[in-house]
Amino acid sequence: MTEIPREEYILKCTSACAGCGDSLSLRYVLKAAGPDTVLVVPACCTSVIQGIYPNTAFNVPVYNVAFAAAAACASGMSAALRAAGKKTNVIAYAGDGGTVDIGIQALSGAFERGADFLYICYDNEAYGNTGMQRSGATPLGARTTTTPAGKMQPKKDLDAIVAAHRPPYMATACPAYPKDLFQKVKKALSYRGPTFIHILSPCPPGWRFSTEKTVEMGKLAVRTGMWILYEREQGKVTINGPSKAAMVKPLPVGEYIRAQGRFKGISAETVARMVDDAAALARRLQKEEEGIC
Amino acid sequence: MKLRRRLAISRPTTGACGKTGSWRVFRPRIDREKCNACGMCAMYCPDAAISEDLEIDYDFCKGCGICANECPKSAITMEREEK
Repeated sequence: MTEIPREEYILKCTSACAGCGDSLSLRYVLKAAGPDTVLVVPACCTSVIQGIYPNTAFNVPVYNVAFAAAAACASGMSAALRAAGKKTNVIAYAGDGGTVDIGIQALSGAFERGADFLYICYDNEAYGNTGMQRSGATPLGARTTTTPAGKMQPKKDLDAIVAAHRPPYMATACPAYPKDLFQKVKKALSYRGPTFIHILSPCPPGWRFSTEKTVEMGKLAVRTGMWILYEREQGKVTINGPSKAAMVKPLPVGEYIRAQGRFKGISAETVARMVDDAAALARRLQKEEEGIC
Repeated sequence: MKLRRRLAISRPTTGACGKTGSWRVFRPRIDREKCNACGMCAMYCPDAAISEDLEIDYDFCKGCGICANECPKSAITMEREEK
């Protein structure tokens, strides 16, 4: 197993909320990427937590761009770096709003052009830094400030959209499994061409759970089957260990739902629909892994 | 270089957001008798405020309590800060 380096590329301390899942993910992303890395950050929590000008807590170059432009900017940046003969890693690090809703055309364009960069979407399932408004990635039944009675629509299947672009590597990850996340970032950066990692990032203020439960919530999401850890290398799907175990013997979904205030008062039918959707995704991935479809 | 000076560039600094330890309501305390130095607390700390020798940097620890929650030996307790 790859040893995780001790160097930290996030200096103490960002202004992220206590128990932030994004901050934890970014720690391991940068550990995997190393010092020769440029981050491209659209408007999202990560652009807010860097610190106050003229200081920043991030010890790698960061380029803050407009909400819709992360992938476009990263593809241009990687083209310029490659033309100069540099192997610098270009990572677009965007939230779910900047990926699923606002940044999706730039993402699609950059993936179609085959630009050489890694796009990471850390998904806290709402617009976190503006006060938890609903996004396309908000799951069915979740309360946000703009869906006070629970969202009526299911979560957009971003991974299927990205998979349709046939990138050489894409994966899902969760900061509750940092070694897995670390290895996936390493692997993604070893490929030439556009690569994609979708990270589920539990958000204590947005999901309404207490700050010490971030990692617990990430593990619960995987163990109940609400989040599936898998990777797709050159089209070949591999479901990772924790999710494989969860498919054989899942924890009851209620443990994940009841632990979060955003699902307060959710109806039994909505929960059943969420479970069905998750099971359908699991079945589809299992079939793809076996090479049936 | 002249152009660079005119651009709005932030420089990496420790404490770029001030001493975030002042946010803390509960202070984690490690019981060295129970600790088996597995390093889970340092691995899961979102702000890397726990060093390799498992010393907590109280200047920056925000007191989220993930370390206490994830400690397999329950060696970390959260104590209310005295003000």
